[in-house]
Amino acid sequence: MTARVRMIMFAVGAGGLAALLLWGLGGLPAFGHFNGAYALLIDHLSVPQRHATDAVTAVNFDYRAFDTLGEEFILFTSVAGLAVLLREQRSERARPSDAADSEHRFQGSSFALRALTVMLVGPIVVLSLYVDSHGALTPGGGFQGGVVGAAGLLLVFLGGGYLAMRRLSPHGAVESAEAAGAAGYALVGLGGMIFASAYFQNFLELGTPGQLLSAGTIPLSSMAVGLEVTGAFVLLWSEFLDQALVVRSR
Amino acid sequence: MSAVRTGLLLLLAVGGLGVVLTRDPLRQAIVVGLYGLLLALLFFVLQAPDVALSQIVVSTVAIPVMILLALAKVRRHEGDPQAPRRRGRG
Repeated sequence: MTARVRMIMFAVGAGGLAALLLWGLGGLPAFGHFNGAYALLIDHLSVPQRHATDAVTAVNFDYRAFDTLGEEFILFTSVAGLAVLLREQRSERARPSDAADSEHRFQGSSFALRALTVMLVGPIVVLSLYVDSHGALTPGGGFQGGVVGAAGLLLVFLGGGYLAMRRLSPHGAVESAEAAGAAGYALVGLGGMIFASAYFQNFLELGTPGQLLSAGTIPLSSMAVGLEVTGAFVLLWSEFLDQALVVRSR
Repeated sequence: MSAVRTGLLLLLAVGGLGVVLTRDPLRQAIVVGLYGLLLALLFFVLQAPDVALSQIVVSTVAIPVMILLALAKVRRHEGDPQAPRRRGRG
């Protein structure tokens, strides 16, 4: 097949795809004119029913909390699978880590750059806790806050080196945090069965809308998911880091 | 508002093309992060701030880090002279 024939085939295919897409997208309702009833209902009900001012979080952690349980365990199992895949193989060895300490600094990184990076760790962890705990009030929630928290620990690696990160987040503690977060979320659901009538039914005081401790179980769920996501991402990155920096083939 | 949306969509089209046309994976990891930021901006303009936040954390932190660390491993494995044996470029 010559380049010319390939180009003609591409032009025909791309033209057809573009026509189909335009035809399909042309039939969509305009932005802001969605016809479904569910979104409008949630919009009107999330504050009176759940005292949650962020409708998206109300759906994630209350109305559709069971779906979130599934999603949470998707992350949990995929990170567990990754940890199994990337563990030290028989044909590999981990390098002694004392020699690694001085070595895992980035070429050309000045003291000022490293200091700035480490200075950012605290604010980023606080931001993560803020996003976690204000899920019911403002955009955000457990997932977003969780990844931000993990990014804080990643900064420890960038600014302080590999061993500083490992000292701050030992494997066992990270795995426990991930598991505790996942189990905590499932337990919030179980609490609904015990103290109310159904799985993930709210069983706490709803409080005043707009205050930090309001919206019943939503902040609790959000914090649990945040812990799980932080644990999952730190575990994920430290497995990758181990592979990139420490594990050698024999 | 409609002009902002159109402009962003055009920028995204250019950005997507830029990601594909960047041949060096190391640079691509950065370009794809920038592209993700643009996408987050679009979500924000479309009044979906929750999705925008998820997009920001995943595309600018989670994915580039994984790509860079995987590249560090692969390059060392291949003995690429460009990447010193001991170096992670995270």
